[in-house]
Amino acid sequence: MSSLPTLEINDLFAGYGETEILKSINISVEPAQTVAIIGPNGAGKSTVIKSVLGLVNVRGGKINLNGQDIIGIAPDEAIRQGISYVPQTHNVFPNLSVLENLEMGAWTRKTGIKERIDEMFTLFPDLQVKKSKIAGSLSGGQRQMVAMAKALMVDSKIMLLDEPTAGLSPKYQSEIFQTIKKINGSGIPILLVEQNAKQALEIADKGFVLVDGANKVQGTGKELLEDSNVARMFLGSKD
Amino acid sequence: MWQTFGFEFVNFYFIPGLVVGCIYALGAIGITLTFGILRFANFAHGEVMMIGAYFTWTVMTLVKNGLGFPIHPLVAAVPAIALAISLFIFVDRYFYKPFRSAPTIRVVMASFGMMLVIRSFVQSVWGPNQLTFVPGIARPNETVKSFTNSFDMMILMPNKHFWIIAGTFVIMLALSWLLTKTKIGKGMRAVSDSPELAKVSGIDVEIIIRATWIVGGFCAVAAGVFLVMDLQMLETTMGFRMLLPMFAAAILGGIGRPFGAVVGGLVIGLAEELSVYPWLGNGPLLSPGYKTGVAFAIMIVMLVLRPSGLFKGRLF
Ligand SMILES: Nc1ncnc2c1ncn2[C@@H]1O[C@H](COP(=O)(O)OP(=O)(O)O)[C@@H](O)[C@H]1O
Ligand SMILES: [Mg+2]
Repeated sequence: MSSLPTLEINDLFAGYGETEILKSINISVEPAQTVAIIGPNGAGKSTVIKSVLGLVNVRGGKINLNGQDIIGIAPDEAIRQGISYVPQTHNVFPNLSVLENLEMGAWTRKTGIKERIDEMFTLFPDLQVKKSKIAGSLSGGQRQMVAMAKALMVDSKIMLLDEPTAGLSPKYQSEIFQTIKKINGSGIPILLVEQNAKQALEIADKGFVLVDGANKVQGTGKELLEDSNVARMFLGSKD
Repeated sequence: MWQTFGFEFVNFYFIPGLVVGCIYALGAIGITLTFGILRFANFAHGEVMMIGAYFTWTVMTLVKNGLGFPIHPLVAAVPAIALAISLFIFVDRYFYKPFRSAPTIRVVMASFGMMLVIRSFVQSVWGPNQLTFVPGIARPNETVKSFTNSFDMMILMPNKHFWIIAGTFVIMLALSWLLTKTKIGKGMRAVSDSPELAKVSGIDVEIIIRATWIVGGFCAVAAGVFLVMDLQMLETTMGFRMLLPMFAAAILGGIGRPFGAVVGGLVIGLAEELSVYPWLGNGPLLSPGYKTGVAFAIMIVMLVLRPSGLFKGRLF
């Protein structure tokens, strides 16, 4: 008996209002995997993640979380189901303290909030020092860590990260990638949207290249890193 | 010094300004919370104050006629607040909720309609004429008078002003505890910060909205009761007349900033009263007829110079 994928997206059609953005998307995340989605701006990467959370109109296809159909789910219900979501922008409450941000991430959680906060402070030691600071006053990298810790306050079945390193300094970028590896190492599967294709593919078990709302190429992280088309498009190689 | 300057300034300008400021502050809290959390300018907010005061008057009258003894307005305000809040949760559920995902202007217009509905309702039930809230002249509290007089700074403060200032202070403390120490209060601040992120954090936004009506309604009715305690009479247009200074206070403090609204309310109330102090020469600096204009001027200047308010609120 093969185990179910944690997240399975099949033949997905979705969009905003009347406009169709995603045309037959297929992506799956197996248990404990890190999966990267890369592709040019406007390819529909964020829209894929938003479909999982019930934030866009899904017109057709399947989205299963551990075998259970979650199409049309309300966003707060998706969080309750254990989806840790870090949006691309505006992913912290700027006027709440770091600690309050984590508490808000734990809104749907009944027990073990203190313990989970302590776990987060172990995972992100910088945040412990800044826990009473207003999130809006932190640097971009630290804010991103607040956003990740806040998202992880649920009992995560999967973590969805939308361009977590965008706009950060190289130092913070590699710190974020290291942290993602650590989170994945604790058994949480990860679906990662990234502009930083090279670093993302280096930590990914599997990668999907989306272009214009459709699957273009897919393979293991290593395969995609070595693929000359992918290299020409996203990895800044000159051939 | 006290005789020539302080006595008059403190008793006839500063304390009345503080009292008006407290009323504006309480009213502005609801406006700023609705603006921040439900994202619309609620024109019916003044009517919440007004109907809460009418409910309070009715409770006082019923108790006095039925049981034969008078009760303090702040006691009568308790059932009145409960009634007003239930009414506004009902209004939200059946009147504002259908507009939740519609463009803001529709719900603003709807609240304008609700303002007229409530005022007409009150006019048809209680009549369009002024009602006496508490008869007689409010005498200064003797204890405060003789105590302050014992060190030559006589303060003439009627009991009603003491209750208004102390009551506002207690409500502020409770509000600050609610917003910084409780889950629901932090949730209110979170939704005010970013409703989209709140939704994808699993926060139940409808519960937060209900809490907003409860807190805003509570403060509004308290403001309405304090206002009629001060004026000693009720009229159906009193809420509407409060609307501009309350909006000015909310904007001055920064939209979505309840503590900003408190500061804004106090500043506007004091500015209005102090604008008629004879700062230059013997006559009032501004004629009392311009008091409302002071609130309006502060609002305009703030919107031009610093639209996010003193405490960096939301921009629309
Ligand atoms: N809220 C929205 N309403 C309408 N169109 C949108 C919205 N968000 C994104 N789009 C459009 O959908 C397409 C895909 O966007 P997105 O998924 O954000 O791309 P990516 O994340 O890959 O850069 C783009 O053409 C974008 O303009
Ligand atoms: Mg995107």
